[in-house]
Amino acid sequence: MSNKLLLKNSKVEGIKTFEVYRKHGGYVSAEKALKMSPDEILEEVKTSGLRGRGGAGFPTGMKWSFLAKPEGIPRYLVVNADESEPGTFKDRYLMEYIPHILIEGILISSYCLGANTSYIYIRGEYSWIPDILEKAIEEAKANGFLGKNIKNTGYDLEIYVQRGAGAYVCGEETALLESLEGKRGNPRLKPPFPAVKGLYQCPTVVNNVETVASIPSIIEITGAEYAKLGVGRSTGTKLISACGNLNKPGVYEIDFNLSVEEFIYSEEYCGGIPNGKKLKACIPGGSSVPIVPARLLLKTAEGEPRLMNYESLSVGGFETGTMLGSGGFIVLDEDQCVVRHTMTLARFYNHESCGQCTPCREGTGWLYKILKKIEEGRGTYEDIDLLWDVQRKIEGNTICPLGDAASWPVAAAIRHFRDEFEWHINNPECLTRNYGIADYAQV
Amino acid sequence: MDANSVKSNNVVVFSEETLTKVNKIIARYPEGKQKSALIPVLHLAQKEFDGWLDVPVMDYVASLLSITPIEVYEVATFYTMFNMQPVGKYVLEVCRTGPCMLNGSDQIIEYIKEKLQIKEGETTQDGLFTLKPAECLGACGYAPMMQIGKFYHEHLTKEKINEIIDLCRAGNIAID
Repeated sequence: MSNKLLLKNSKVEGIKTFEVYRKHGGYVSAEKALKMSPDEILEEVKTSGLRGRGGAGFPTGMKWSFLAKPEGIPRYLVVNADESEPGTFKDRYLMEYIPHILIEGILISSYCLGANTSYIYIRGEYSWIPDILEKAIEEAKANGFLGKNIKNTGYDLEIYVQRGAGAYVCGEETALLESLEGKRGNPRLKPPFPAVKGLYQCPTVVNNVETVASIPSIIEITGAEYAKLGVGRSTGTKLISACGNLNKPGVYEIDFNLSVEEFIYSEEYCGGIPNGKKLKACIPGGSSVPIVPARLLLKTAEGEPRLMNYESLSVGGFETGTMLGSGGFIVLDEDQCVVRHTMTLARFYNHESCGQCTPCREGTGWLYKILKKIEEGRGTYEDIDLLWDVQRKIEGNTICPLGDAASWPVAAAIRHFRDEFEWHINNPECLTRNYGIADYAQV
Repeated sequence: MDANSVKSNNVVVFSEETLTKVNKIIARYPEGKQKSALIPVLHLAQKEFDGWLDVPVMDYVASLLSITPIEVYEVATFYTMFNMQPVGKYVLEVCRTGPCMLNGSDQIIEYIKEKLQIKEGETTQDGLFTLKPAECLGACGYAPMMQIGKFYHEHLTKEKINEIIDLCRAGNIAID
């Protein structure tokens, strides 16, 4: 049975309301934190080893410690709720069903950072969720946990929700800040980093929803206890949003020592693959991380069981491993076509490129067009080499990581499924789509 | 269009209710940073003026926020949720990326095209429906799905599409 921190009360009726959340221990961590000094809270977060849950996995305590603190200039906490990575829908679950855990997390984090204003920047399409968050903010305010002189500490905090308008790139922290300032979501060159010059050129911390929502648990059980829950540098617990070809897709909170095999097949989690089909491949960390075939997903190249944590999933580098990323776990069964799936991802990245960097603006279009050509049976062997060449020219050559995100899925698909690309070149019909990979293997 | 708003002969004015909302939004940001309100105000404008943004509406938003019209145009054209041309009363935004594709979104899109006799991006002749494929809407575990107005419709099947379209035609579906 998994340890539950974030989702421990998720099934409690009415947990969305302040009253019920409070009855189940809500805001006790906030009260505890408000009696601590900001430095003590920072120390707890550092000790916890919490890594940013948005995908990059950067240590949260370290990120907070970079925040510049010049006198007379406001500081901001901006919550990144622009969850737009295909396969990732865990933050939506938290905001939709347990909004107060985020509000409490923002209160503790902002107090620690010395921020008096926090903005939650949420993807525009989640257009019913701001109402839920705003109601939670009102309730917290009515009960003295937001506003002026919170719980007689002399500390003031206001939280505002801002909707984006449909741009994946705004999940990148500097693009998000540009968008929050009312501009196109074009990522900024770094340095300066947001910790020095962020929102309105003021020191700013940008953290993902799940990261901030993890803070109350750290204060409740202490950073040291939180760290013990994990494995190595993967501490605490993690939300995984599982989708694709699974019997029980959904959002799960997992321990980092859980094996990938157990996650996919056990009844406690995804319950296996529909209709007893075989596992073909998986993208375990959201669409931008490398796809891996079943043989390298369940066990590493060395034959060790693959675990659901940052280190184990990346064993072997991109040659034989992948990344935990945001925890967007996409499963492909034996009947799925990797070429077609990769093509839809390439179309996504082409659509979402902000157009600022030439390799990304032009390259993502090339990737999509070449993949479409191959998928439709009009490709040549040279096209596979061209795909490889184009993705190499995008990777690492853009201001923000969208270029890498567009490049890695294509590179991994060619690396592990080149024979499927070749099949498409020789045969106009997609064999896996029509006959299944089992038949394909016998051809 | 909201009954209390004005949009004629290039004169555009929000309703009183919306203007109150605009002022409340501007107050969220520090003094002089009212441009931050641009995206939320464009959402209000689109909702108030028939689901799309034309030049007079964008110019009006610019005047409300004391910014130049070009600052509004460049934002409005960047974000996919803002429509730059008229759309139907119900915009069917069907997700077609990765996980939704794995669960049959292509077939759902084809079915809607056939049923409504429109192509992607087109609006039905009666002005009721626009079909707009979307790139990932964060409902991957509940695929295939589509968004209509403010709400998500998940685990779509052909039967469910029939039901939703009937509800739209009868005016019995929530979009806001």
